[in-house]
Parts: sequence; C-alpha cells; structure tokens
Amino acid sequence: MAKAAAKTKAAAAPASVERRPALAGRALSAPGVKVEMLPPAERISLRAPEASLAALSKALGLTLPTKPKTSATKDGRTALWLGPDEWMIIDEAGNDPLADCAKVTALHSAVGISHRNVGISVAGPAAAATVNSGCPQDLSLEAFPVGAASRTILGKSEIVLLRIAADAFRVECWRSFSDYVFTLLSEAAGDAAN
Amino acid sequence: MLLIRCPYCEEERPELEFRNAGEAHIARPTNIAAESDDDFEKFFFIRANPKGVIYERWRHIHGCARFFNAVRDTVTDKFVMTYKAGEPKPAKLPGASK
Ligand SMILES: [Zn+2]
Repeated sequence: MAKAAAKTKAAAAPASVERRPALAGRALSAPGVKVEMLPPAERISLRAPEASLAALSKALGLTLPTKPKTSATKDGRTALWLGPDEWMIIDEAGNDPLADCAKVTALHSAVGISHRNVGISVAGPAAAATVNSGCPQDLSLEAFPVGAASRTILGKSEIVLLRIAADAFRVECWRSFSDYVFTLLSEAAGDAAN
Repeated sequence: MLLIRCPYCEEERPELEFRNAGEAHIARPTNIAAESDDDFEKFFFIRANPKGVIYERWRHIHGCARFFNAVRDTVTDKFVMTYKAGEPKPAKLPGASK
C-alpha cells in the first residue's frame, strides 16, 4: 500500500512553491532613462512613538530619521520617513528587519509588507522628468535631494518615492498597481527624452 | 495646482496629496445618549458653510497621512494657514484686517 502511494507520487509533477514577483524582469530603455523592476526585497511598515525610537534604531542597525521627507541607509537597509510615527524599512541585503524588531520590547508595530510592494528603478539623466510626468512634487535637487523620501502619488496610484542618486529614483508601489505604475513610467520615459 | 502647507511635513505640497475632511472644531457631546434630538441634529448634520473664511479638517492622505486643520477662504479658495490637529482655533489670522 505504502509502496503504491510512493510510486504514484513519484510519477506526478513535483509541487511548486516558487514565488513569482509581479512584473519580474520587466525593463524599458529610452534615451536618457531606464525603467526596470527591482529584485525582491524585505520590507516592513513600522509605527512607533518617539520613546521607542532609540531601541528600534539599535535593533535595526540604523538611526530612524525623524525629519520629514528624509531617509537613512546603512548596509543595504533603508529607513524612509513616511509620517511623524511611521517608517518603511527596505532591506536589500537579504536580512529580515521584522525579526530584528521582534526582539524590541519597547512599544511599536512592525508589519511585514515585503510582498505587498514592488520596487521600480527609474535611472538616467531624464529620471526626474519621467517621475514628474505623474508625480506633482518638486523633484529639483534643492527640494528633493539625494536621500529624500516621500509617500506621494503617481497618476492615480499612491507610491513611495526615494531618490537614491541625483539621477536615480526608487519607486515603491503596491503590487496590484505595479502594471499601471510601470506602464505609466514607461510611457513617460519615452516622452521625457524629448 | 494649489499648494497646501502640511504642518507635519513642514512644507507646501501639491493639493493632489490631500483630502478634505469636513468642518473643524466640532466638539463631540460628552454624553451623547442625553442629547436631545435637536441638539444631536445640530452637532451631527448642521455645518456653518460660510461664504468666506472656514475652519476645516484636511488629511495629507497621500503623504504623511496625518489629519490637520486649515483655514481657507471659500470665495478665493486661498489657504490662509494650516495647523496641527488638536491645536486651538487661531485667535488671529495672518493678514486679517480685524
Ligand atoms: Zn504631511
């Protein structure tokens, strides 16, 4: 009996639990700007009062920024200020910020959102013009310098925008909006070069 | 596009990031069960709707997500000032003649 069952199992195709990130591998190159999907990353949504910030910063290995529209990066991990008691942590080094926060006893709420979001890279001399095609914020280097981060909108979708270099942005959006966001950025990339 | 100053983001941001959230400084009754129907109607439904300066709640929904208060002129659509939620109604408005 057991032998027969084992035989049937071996014949069937192996079950797959492979995760397929939204729009994985999609990329578009236009003169002056390249739009491409970024590899998966660990992310958390962090809410905490001021009194907990020291303990959380220590656990996460970086100082949580308290100034509006700023971020802090260390060892492949970035903390983005989203609101007076709200941060998004993105870890691209393969470490788990959720596990780091779990050790903290100070009051906080950390929710894993790694697979809720996808990241899109917009890079090149026309990057700001491309993002600005759907985002109404002032993206000049004076108003939105390197390291600046903000929740904002792109067309009809909410995004989180991070400037990683003078001519490069990381656009974070919910995965169900990713087709819309990527397509809008792709269309804009073609226009931005002109 | 209007630029609205968010008191939490400490800068002016495009109006598309904001949402109106109705009249500000409406005190909730402490004992709502004891309210008369007339008083409840006044609290719940009746709004000032002035032609001119109005005190409103706004939310920076696609930004820091905070509620705050704003003083706006309903005729010109000009934002006179904004201030954090919970702060008292400003006694004097900047640039006001009286
Ligand atoms: Zn704000």
